Amino acid sequence: MTVFRMPSLGADMESGTLVEWLVRPGDRVKRGDVVAVVETAKGAIEIEVFQDGVVRALIAEPGAVVPVGAPLAEIAAEGAAAEVAPAPPTPQPAVTPPKAPAGPTAAPPPQAGRVRVTPAARRRAAALGIALERLRGTGVDGAICLADLPSPAPPKRVPAGFDPAAMRAAIAAAMSRSKREIPHYYLSETVDVSAALDRLTRINAERDPPARLLPAAILLRAAALAIAATPEVNGWWEDGRFRAADGVHVGWAVALRGGGLIAPAIRDADRLALDPLMAALRDLVQRARGFALRGSELTSASITITNLGERGAASVLPVIHPPQVAMLGIGRIVVRPWVVDGTVQPRQVVTLTLAGDHRATDGHVGGLLLTRLAALLADAERL
Amino acid sequence: MSDASTTAERLTYREACRQAIREAIIADPRVFLMGEDVGRYGGCYAVTKGLMAELGEDRIRDTPLSESAFVGAGIGAAMAGMRPIVEVMTCNFSLLALDQILNNAATIPHMSGGQFAVPLVLRLATGAGRQLAAQHSHSLEGWFAHIPGLRILAPATIEDARHMLAPALADPNPVLIFEHVMLYNMEGTLDPAVTGVDIAHAKVRRPGSDVTLVTYGGSLFKTLAAAEMLAGEGLSAEVIDLRVLRPLDMVTVVDSVSRTRRVVIIDEGWRSGSLSAEVAMRLVEEAFFELDAPIRRVCAREVPIPYPAHLERAALPQPETIAAAARSLVRPS
Repeated sequence: MTVFRMPSLGADMESGTLVEWLVRPGDRVKRGDVVAVVETAKGAIEIEVFQDGVVRALIAEPGAVVPVGAPLAEIAAEGAAAEVAPAPPTPQPAVTPPKAPAGPTAAPPPQAGRVRVTPAARRRAAALGIALERLRGTGVDGAICLADLPSPAPPKRVPAGFDPAAMRAAIAAAMSRSKREIPHYYLSETVDVSAALDRLTRINAERDPPARLLPAAILLRAAALAIAATPEVNGWWEDGRFRAADGVHVGWAVALRGGGLIAPAIRDADRLALDPLMAALRDLVQRARGFALRGSELTSASITITNLGERGAASVLPVIHPPQVAMLGIGRIVVRPWVVDGTVQPRQVVTLTLAGDHRATDGHVGGLLLTRLAALLADAERL
Repeated sequence: MSDASTTAERLTYREACRQAIREAIIADPRVFLMGEDVGRYGGCYAVTKGLMAELGEDRIRDTPLSESAFVGAGIGAAMAGMRPIVEVMTCNFSLLALDQILNNAATIPHMSGGQFAVPLVLRLATGAGRQLAAQHSHSLEGWFAHIPGLRILAPATIEDARHMLAPALADPNPVLIFEHVMLYNMEGTLDPAVTGVDIAHAKVRRPGSDVTLVTYGGSLFKTLAAAEMLAGEGLSAEVIDLRVLRPLDMVTVVDSVSRTRRVVIIDEGWRSGSLSAEVAMRLVEEAFFELDAPIRRVCAREVPIPYPAHLERAALPQPETIAAAARSLVRPS
């Protein structure tokens, strides 16, 4: 038996409000299954379970504010379920003795056979994640009815419950911590991305608009490969030392309509080709703006990229998201006079910047990352 | 006879029916009324008393004692452009005209591909309570509510008795109006501001929050009495008057049950295969997950309605039995 606890969905999260359970006692769960929705300063997050097993009991009730690390549910490991669940102390006889025929007005004994639950009560219990077996019914014929259940939790799915002020506070706390604790160094490199954009234009010429690739996809593809080649910047600063990540999990900064910022992760971004990467980006941005992100997407990023896009500034000096140790900034793509093969030509260029945590790396490593990224973008056919 | 549309007056349900018929006949030369003893005798329940003298024998017509013949004549007149009101003395006798009603009135508009409309209105007395015994006391409106092509009305209030006839006559399809015999003597006032009613919707006659009591026709006032008894016990019952038995207005019923989550259906028809069964099943289909208790019914006992007063009373839904059913849902013990 393990206790499933309120996960930390960000460095500054102290507690979360359980919005709803998506599983019930007895449900079989697999690692990665979404089991509950938790309201945080970053909106409503779907949280995932970290092991296979069977839900034994739901401890927290919807509406409850649960501190990080406090128990949410009990989960019995697969296979161990039989061992954990004690056999009924008094086994029922194999054959139920025939009951005396009840008179026409005799109410059936409330506890006989399966649990009686009214349809409305069953629906509410499911919504609240309440195990019906533990309740005593007071309704007609001893049925469990609405009166036997707690009222539904007032908070429902966000965006209704999304609090921009709370998100602002969370951003303020994380950024203050970053600037207080992380000695940033900054590097920048302006690179010619004409070849990469030409490649996109050729690919997109044969596609319908919904299937077209955006420049962000090819920039992300190149960055993920460059990060994979530079593992020193890909990980976290924890307890006074660097811990390398097990994959290139790129946090992609998404500005939220109505204010706020969130950087959910695309896991193993270096293993995704252009099309799946584009699909992952679209999905992530859409869900981030719909407040439908998963907990692991908020916690697993090993490095963050902020892409300012076509309406952004020409360059950015990023603030590292702790406990990550680097952040890559991509400015707006602009047309500039550029010297190519000894002549000045109009070229599409972009300024790449890197903020590095000087505790974890030195500028030389950061420079290698930018150099690798520039080389990949110049040789766009390989992306 | 004064015009109720301009001044409030005290009148009976019977007088409201009479005013509606008189007004319709005066307003439209195509409208006439026929039936057994409706003219010289003034109607078995005295609804048409005095109308033949006032409006003439062309407009108020006595018929032979042959329901099949005069209902069939009414259907023919309607198909030919008239707007007949045919009175069948009690719905018990309507069975003699069932072939005409089902195979002709309800079916010809369909079988003619809409070439023939049957703008017929049938008025039928229904229900028990006057010690008229088993051949004159049954409630058969639930049977007719089974038939596609018919609209079935059950005016329970003086207002509905006064105002349902006009939209029924305006309907191009056959409309059956069931008037409960125990309501004819009921007195009340008409709101002069109300000049018409719809024939499509159920109505909440008493708002409440603990249990919904669904009924119609002659059982409405027994149900309201039951709701009053329950109120004395601190239970809040909402009373819905279906008014229209076909097509059923389930939106109103589902809305109410979704709030109260408990429902009792009161129907003077026999329980088996009844209108109450239809309402209950629709609730199971449309509002199952709103229910917090079993659906209960209070119906007539499954016997031919008895003649002796105490047995007749025992065979029918009464305020006490309605209240007991509601109580058992709200306060089970």
